[in-house]
Amino acid sequence: MPAAPSPSLPPSLPPSLTAVPPPAPFAEPGRTIVDVRNLTLTYQAADHPVYALSDVSLSIAQGDFISLIGPSGCGKTTLMRVIADLEQPTSGTVLVNGMTPEQARLKRAYGYVFQAPALYPWRTVERNVTLPLEIMGTPRAERQTRAREQLERVGLAGFERKFPWQLSGGMQQRVSIARALAFNPDLLLMDEPFGALDEITRDHLNLQLTQLWRRTRKTCVFVTHSIAEAVFLSTRIVVMSPRPGRILDVIDCARELPPERTLDIRESPEFQRIAHRVREGLMEGHSYDD
Amino acid sequence: MTGVPFHQPRPVMAPGPLVALLAPLLPLGGVAGHSVGFVDSPVALAGLALLVGALLLRRLAVGALSEAAILLIGVAAGYGATLRLLADGVVPEAGAWLLLLGATLLLGRVLRLLAEVSGPARHACPALFGLAILLLWEILTRGLQIPAILLPPPSAIAAAFATNAADLWDDFRQTVLISVLRGYLLGCGAGFAVAILADRVPFLARGLLPLGNLASAIPVVGIAPIMVMWFGFDWQSKAAVIVVMTFFPMLINTLAGLASAERIQLDLMRSYAAGYWRSLLLLRLPCALPFLFNGLKINSTLALIGAIVAEFFGTPVVGMGFRISTQVARMNLDVVWASITVAALTGSLLYGALALAERRVTAWHPSFRKR
Repeated sequence: MPAAPSPSLPPSLPPSLTAVPPPAPFAEPGRTIVDVRNLTLTYQAADHPVYALSDVSLSIAQGDFISLIGPSGCGKTTLMRVIADLEQPTSGTVLVNGMTPEQARLKRAYGYVFQAPALYPWRTVERNVTLPLEIMGTPRAERQTRAREQLERVGLAGFERKFPWQLSGGMQQRVSIARALAFNPDLLLMDEPFGALDEITRDHLNLQLTQLWRRTRKTCVFVTHSIAEAVFLSTRIVVMSPRPGRILDVIDCARELPPERTLDIRESPEFQRIAHRVREGLMEGHSYDD
Repeated sequence: MTGVPFHQPRPVMAPGPLVALLAPLLPLGGVAGHSVGFVDSPVALAGLALLVGALLLRRLAVGALSEAAILLIGVAAGYGATLRLLADGVVPEAGAWLLLLGATLLLGRVLRLLAEVSGPARHACPALFGLAILLLWEILTRGLQIPAILLPPPSAIAAAFATNAADLWDDFRQTVLISVLRGYLLGCGAGFAVAILADRVPFLARGLLPLGNLASAIPVVGIAPIMVMWFGFDWQSKAAVIVVMTFFPMLINTLAGLASAERIQLDLMRSYAAGYWRSLLLLRLPCALPFLFNGLKINSTLALIGAIVAEFFGTPVVGMGFRISTQVARMNLDVVWASITVAALTGSLLYGALALAERRVTAWHPSFRKR
């Protein structure tokens, strides 16, 4: 249990966790949802140690849409998996909602959208979305209403009785987003959810996602390879260096770009400027070397 | 193939079936030592006429199905005439065999036509094929006067089936409904349960898998007499043999199935803070279903073999294995064949039922799914 406390916490937490409010590195108006400090992660490969993350500190406030961008293997997925308690750090502390990642996971604090839809082929679309609710013991009738609600939200009303393999790749990924939203977590962790989709589908889903985020104001952490996607979606962009993953730059997009975004803003000079800065950050980290 | 294309030239037919036209030049067969000519037998002539007639009439057909139906009349005439001659006590000679050859070549043509059709008629091809094998078996064993001890004709087997129906039913009840069913459920159930246990206790899996290889190499004829000594003559010893034979296939298949869930699907369960049993029930067992069915299908045939072999080494004077061993000793081969038929039908039905259940339960699996 790391000792590092977190600023404002839900009143239900024990007082021991709410000791001193620390100076948040990237202070935002909302309360801190994710607080990562001096995180380092190494693991032993066949013959040599691999430094996946090196001294990463990051604070994510409520309502933020954070994109982690960087070259392949820079540890952005690893960072998110540590937040989700799917991976254990070597050193450093992570707090999610003021709890350790494990406590947060056991409290179902986050919804995780994986690179692949990871739908269960023996379940219909609707029963895939109700899966987390089933595990959490939601009554049957409510499960169904919530699933229908979320499916409508991602534009898949009418597909409840279909099986995942009867849907296109883009639709499957939307189902997996609906599944992550179904139990209404405060935090949405998305690991390159649109990486495998074609550009037209991707644009469409980006638009849907930003509208969804504006409506729900959920805190989102989004891992991506695409500069345009990162700039389009984010309030802040975290640029990471190749292995060992370090944070090179944190770019605030919320100041220059309007909160409501259409695909057209990608042609605006502000958008281009931010994209340029992201690219420069990546270059500085020698991301284009190999 | 969808629909019938317009004016598609029908493939030219090989002239094979026309060998039947040579039949009238040859002796038909012998009755009580006298040789009978082909032209002396109205049955043979009628058969030949229908066969040739069908060949000529095939031009009237509008599609593959109707052509097959017309040609089938010729086939039936050829086979029917030969059977009729056998029934009249004629010992066939070259003429009769040529007629049969012509009819069989014609049947080849019919089957080729039927293999291409879709819809309900697609079952006609395998059904006719099986029927033809039965008829040829009947005609050849009787026409060539093969001793019934070597191979009885199907009609004799059917007669033995009818006269021994009561015995065969008792055997079926003893072997299948009592021994096989109990042994199969015990063996598969134990294999499954131990696999779940081994999944939680890794050393069990590591220790049991090499044993599984060893057990699958145990010859059933070696283990069966030992089990009869241990568990007595009744069903318990048969069930024990079946458990030995089916336990490890089920164990190995279940373990492989439980390991088949993908990393990402397991991570998803972890992100929901789902416990061991919940992930097992909601994710890993459904993933394992195709493997479980594999084990169940393999075991269904193994169990039947195990029970029959074990009955050779001692039974309460009933059971398929007992029937086969005693009737062989009495040279009642028709009863033996009837027993074999029951066993083969039972095995196929068990396997078929499991395959059908698999289709229903794992319709989502890539090997079955339809868009």
